[in-house]
Amino acid sequence: MNQHFMLDGRSIPFEEGQTILQAAEHAGVFIPHLCYHPEFKPHGSCKLCTVKVNGRHTASCTMRAVAGMSVESDTEEINAERRALTQMLFVEGNHFCPSCEKSGNCQLQATAYHLGMMSPHFDHFFPNRPVDASHPDVLLDFNRCILCSLCVRASRDVDGKNVFALSGRGIGTHLIVNAKSGRLADTDFALSDKAAQVCPVGVILKKRQGFAVPIGERRYDKAPLGEPVDTTEGR
Amino acid sequence: MTTTKKLKVATTSLAGCFGCHMSFLDIDERLFTLLEHIEFDRSPLTDIKTVSPDCDIGIIEGGLCNAENVHVLRDFRKNCKILIAIGACAINGGLPAQRNHLSLPTILEEVYHTSPGLSNGLIPNDPELPLPLNQVHPIHEVVEVDYFIPGCPPSGDAIWKVLTDLLAGRKPELGHGLMHYD
Amino acid sequence: MGLNDMHAEAVAGIVDRVVARYRRDPTCMLQILREVQEACDWIPPEAIDRLQATLGVPRTKIEGVAGFYAFLDLQPRGRYRVLFSDNITDRMQGSKALMDRLCHSLWIERGKVSEDGLVSVAQTACTGMCDQGPALLVNGLAIPALSEQRIDAIAELIRGKVPLGDWPPEFFRVEDHIRRPDVLLGCTMAPGDALRAARARAPDEGLMASNMRSWREGLPTGLGGPIAVLDEIKRANLRGRGGAGFTTGLKWEACRNAPLKAGQQRIVVCNADEGEPGTFKDRVLLSVQADLVFEGMTVAAYAIGATRGFLYLRGEYRYLLDRLNAVLARRRQANLLGANILGIHGADFDIEIHVGAGAYVCGEESALIESLEGKRGTPRNRPPFPVTNGYLDQPTIVNNVETFAAAALIALNGGDWYAAMGTRHSAGTKVLSVAGDCVRPGVYEYPFGVSVRQVLADCGATDTQAVQVSGPSGICVAENEFDRIIGFEDIPTAGAFTVFDRRRDMFQVARNYVHFFQHESCGFCTPCRVGTSLLRNLMDKLHKGAGSPYDFAEIEKLNHLLQAMSHCGLGHTACNPVLDTIAKFRPAYERRMMQRDFTPAFDLDRALAEARQMTGRDDAGAHLSTETGGQA
Repeated sequence: MNQHFMLDGRSIPFEEGQTILQAAEHAGVFIPHLCYHPEFKPHGSCKLCTVKVNGRHTASCTMRAVAGMSVESDTEEINAERRALTQMLFVEGNHFCPSCEKSGNCQLQATAYHLGMMSPHFDHFFPNRPVDASHPDVLLDFNRCILCSLCVRASRDVDGKNVFALSGRGIGTHLIVNAKSGRLADTDFALSDKAAQVCPVGVILKKRQGFAVPIGERRYDKAPLGEPVDTTEGR
Repeated sequence: MTTTKKLKVATTSLAGCFGCHMSFLDIDERLFTLLEHIEFDRSPLTDIKTVSPDCDIGIIEGGLCNAENVHVLRDFRKNCKILIAIGACAINGGLPAQRNHLSLPTILEEVYHTSPGLSNGLIPNDPELPLPLNQVHPIHEVVEVDYFIPGCPPSGDAIWKVLTDLLAGRKPELGHGLMHYD
Repeated sequence: MGLNDMHAEAVAGIVDRVVARYRRDPTCMLQILREVQEACDWIPPEAIDRLQATLGVPRTKIEGVAGFYAFLDLQPRGRYRVLFSDNITDRMQGSKALMDRLCHSLWIERGKVSEDGLVSVAQTACTGMCDQGPALLVNGLAIPALSEQRIDAIAELIRGKVPLGDWPPEFFRVEDHIRRPDVLLGCTMAPGDALRAARARAPDEGLMASNMRSWREGLPTGLGGPIAVLDEIKRANLRGRGGAGFTTGLKWEACRNAPLKAGQQRIVVCNADEGEPGTFKDRVLLSVQADLVFEGMTVAAYAIGATRGFLYLRGEYRYLLDRLNAVLARRRQANLLGANILGIHGADFDIEIHVGAGAYVCGEESALIESLEGKRGTPRNRPPFPVTNGYLDQPTIVNNVETFAAAALIALNGGDWYAAMGTRHSAGTKVLSVAGDCVRPGVYEYPFGVSVRQVLADCGATDTQAVQVSGPSGICVAENEFDRIIGFEDIPTAGAFTVFDRRRDMFQVARNYVHFFQHESCGFCTPCRVGTSLLRNLMDKLHKGAGSPYDFAEIEKLNHLLQAMSHCGLGHTACNPVLDTIAKFRPAYERRMMQRDFTPAFDLDRALAEARQMTGRDDAGAHLSTETGGQA
């Protein structure tokens, strides 16, 4: 760890092969992100973690740290851009926090709080995305999907099942499950799967668990995103 | 806070549940402090029916579900210097907007024709009744909105914070604890 | 019995035949799906069942790939699937009226399948027939030069259920329209001559040194050719013709120097996914100079020590496939492909053609490689770059059709010969696809440095107000810039040169391009996936007369976000047409700034129409005035 780069004026040590985001997290500096998860190969799709490296925008989750580089992250300009991306995600799907059981534990919501998102700003798309309640233990509510593909990667790389995938293209991109019927009940998905635990938003929900933790005691009620929290809770 | 002339504040609830207004009352005894700086114009609190043309601040709860909502919103925008959207429904349509994936004819059929227990099964067509829009919209999609207070409802403290920030000429900000969407 | 309702057994038979032809190789997924679609008219669930079983690939993966490509259908779309090309040039030539005429004649609604499951009519992105439009694709085959008579005849053929093979062959005839040939288009080289010249060429550093280096690097030995060819390419100062203009010699050298892991080989890919609206010069090059292109690929393989090659042909040019395969077969016969090419020991190289299926983003080299591997065409995170980690993680070069053709000529005539053409910074010639408002649309090959004004004069354009150079992701050149030149130092281009005279509304041109990017966004990254849709909605809002200064500010904000945050060039350039036309044709926008203040994007009165219908009301209270912003 004898190499360093500068992040918002602070010297960040890194190991060969580490990305900017990994090195920053290691040094305790928070960079907002949604599709990145330390246990999986970086994906680089949500673009929330975009920083400026030597003046150029780049996703910090996929960009390897290089000694001496100068990185801007927590600036008014970049946070405004991140806020606009978050607003895009909110209007693209149907995110009605008051009726979502992930509320308070949702990374998208916490990111929006962190960035001071007071409104969705853009016109809503209000897409029609039916839910899938077929599985005995898990509900899939596609209305909240942000296409981060963490469940895709978890099911493929950890569970070895390929239960999830993205299909369609462009604004029509959507999550599908591995069954001719298109129903989760007809896949080999199980509650114990890694894929059941990685959703940063409220798509993959354990049944009969909703609203178990009272308001005020949920993960992001206790500490906002970016501040140290008890990591044993899982994501 | 400097006091010169009292600011005129109007409030209303469109497609909302008045929960945000209830939360407004949760400002509690600080309402007295507030009333040193503001006076209420059209509002459920005053029962004044029309917005005065010289309002300083308009506060809108609820989204747009029908034609009357649109009329009231336009009236507020026209007469208020600053317009504030308060609560989830005004900001993203909220609970009422969860009908948006269904077509309006399907909804009206279900509610007035096919539901069990209906006596005559007619869709009301009295000209006194406002017609529903095909989808519920948040208010910023129809008029320009200056400030937003998220929450379902936002807490009294959040409302207090935004109003006092505005009265003091600051950009309203909600920090951790006050900023929530639920 | 229509193919649409073939039963599972028949489908399984088709799938098995296709899968066997592709050696049960899952990396050929896109080719397999494309052929299944050709045989079945769509990709029925039974086909996916069978693919899952025979390829051992999960259903999610198959549906994920099939769902990505516009020409693959997971729902039946009829026995005749008609797609009208929707480039701005097609529109200028009257495509919309012709599409309506066909829909009317067949009694169908655009985008829907006829009730008897016979036919569907919809739109697709530019099909590369701009010089002979309007054009359409029927079951993937191009029909250019549409007229009312031709449309009526097509309607008759469809109604009569005449098999495509029995349609009049002249319907499918595509003209080359070569208006100005130069060294590439006019080349009369005999196949193999460039390779023979390459073999004979002595390297700068001396034969021995070169051979030692080739041997160390595991390249064909015994001759100085490979390194000498690379030297000539560098000396020619050849730069990529796909638009970005990367120095070809450096790319080839980086690939040649990339280490090979056990079992790996180097790969040469020809990017013939010519999707930029307004460009069609690769179509012509592949029609008249296919040998030169394949020879260039083989020269590249020889120079970098590659043993496997692909030509990725855009789906819209499917009609060229059999002809190109015939050229490849002839070249194999002549020992210009295969093992020990021209008797050079170890010079082994062959070329397969992969056909795309309607995805512009696959023109981006890393997305193209993903597609070649049988996946969704999503651009990769870079670095690493394809020269070290390309096709199946192997060192790969991807070059444009025209680049390979030029490389063959350089191998034949030498780098100095080539560098003497064009300008100091832009060596050689450039083939332009000229279309739009001009008398002689077609392909024009010029030495670099030709002015926009010269091209306009040559193609017979008059009263021109703008030229879109290099398509929507290029730049819009206004009249006061017509003395600018085509070249990397001024106006770089992938080849499109679309002319607009003063009758044209440049706002509608930009709006058409914005719709194109929205349709072609791959959906991987947030800014492009959502941002292109938001931008489209804003342009449509202006078009409808609901635009105000607020929307202008929004467009500018989106432009910035897309440029700064997008994952690949598609998102970065999606705003170019808007930015350019705002800067240069501002009145076209100001005419649309109908409102002084913010106005909703949707029509409030129309939003009450369903309720009016359900209640039977039409009183004043059952309506909403639409204007709120006040007329500007």
